[in-house]
Amino acid sequence: MSLDRQLFDYLLRLADSDLVLAQRLGEWVGHGPVLEEDIALTNVGLDLLGQARLWFAYAGEVEARFAGRGRSEDALAFLRDGGAYRNLLLVEQPNGDYAQTMARQFCFDVWHRLLLAALARSRDGRVAEIAAKAEKEVAYHAERSADWVIRLGDGTDESHRRMQAAIDDLWMYTGEMFDADDTDRVLAEAGIGCDVTALAPRWREAVEGVLAEATLALPKTAATQRGGKRGVHTEHLGHMLATMQWLQRAYPGAQW
Amino acid sequence: MSDALPPAKRDAAVWRTLARVPDPEIPVVSVVDLGIVRGIEWRNGELIVTLTPTYSGCPATEVILADVERALTAAGFGKHRLQIALSPAWTTDWIAPEARSRLARYGIAPPGARTGTIAQPVDASRLGRGSSRALVPCPRCGSARTRELSRFGSTPCKAQYACDECLEPFDYFKPH
Repeated sequence: MSLDRQLFDYLLRLADSDLVLAQRLGEWVGHGPVLEEDIALTNVGLDLLGQARLWFAYAGEVEARFAGRGRSEDALAFLRDGGAYRNLLLVEQPNGDYAQTMARQFCFDVWHRLLLAALARSRDGRVAEIAAKAEKEVAYHAERSADWVIRLGDGTDESHRRMQAAIDDLWMYTGEMFDADDTDRVLAEAGIGCDVTALAPRWREAVEGVLAEATLALPKTAATQRGGKRGVHTEHLGHMLATMQWLQRAYPGAQW
Repeated sequence: MSDALPPAKRDAAVWRTLARVPDPEIPVVSVVDLGIVRGIEWRNGELIVTLTPTYSGCPATEVILADVERALTAAGFGKHRLQIALSPAWTTDWIAPEARSRLARYGIAPPGARTGTIAQPVDASRLGRGSSRALVPCPRCGSARTRELSRFGSTPCKAQYACDECLEPFDYFKPH
């Protein structure tokens, strides 16, 4: 496979995780526990959607280099089936209660920040500039979600129980973030991507610190679930995409 | 208009025009005040204005582009185009000092110093209890007895605070 094909796939992974999580956060609009949280979730979702668009736009340009024609942001977002999505399994998990939403966000944010900081040093100028911009936004997301893990974990008996259950439930999806496949290795060697396996110790250290502050126990279960990078998803993604994509599928090319 | 003036005057006219384009969501500051306009240049008689988005997903970005476009056309700058630069990433450090006092007079606490580096992805000891947040004086009464209500406000660039002295809620322009 050519380097551009692998870069295209790599960019889709970045874009898809952003887009899928943005869509999940969008599901909270009008349903947030209080108005301030409703607004905050929407703003985090907007940041992620903006980042997804930057990655999709670049992915389309890279696709044009090897395929002659590159797809638009909309085509990539709305006209690919679940099997073509490359997002992490973690971000497609349903919103559940507020503890589940914030636990999912926290596990992702810490990883996302470490990843973007590494990619900000990419030899590919576009990757580097998008990552550097996104990292600043994600730094804030990570603080906010860590804050909620601590507030709920070290809150009432009920909020503690729920946050612990959320962390326990989602833990099995966290291992996938640090798996390197052939694409990861080739792009890391080319200086375009980064070594995701190297992010694991720092992620773990940060997560352990927050869980301890939150009086939560580190899950003992193994983080075994993987497949997002290969397009093998949990049952939740298809349902989410059906909602997200139906309009463009039913009325192709419809404009806002 | 653009061809008749010497270069320095022509550039000054462009900057004056841009400085009159308000931010669509915070109209007391202009797109130049906010540091969104990164530069202007002329290439073969064409004016190129470089802009940078504040936040990746800020919905105001498209409105800003349209407003700048309209202002340049209305001011009679003939051939021109806008280009977007992501790097260096926008920072509140670029907000002009004079614009900061205008923000405060408008009721928005201006951004303080930036904190946080990637040395630590999150610092758990600072979180959860809200005790060690940056001090944000109330833009209305000046009191330091303020607290954060939410990390996000009406726009991506602001947080919501409340003053315990004058009891008014206010927006805080987050350091970024």
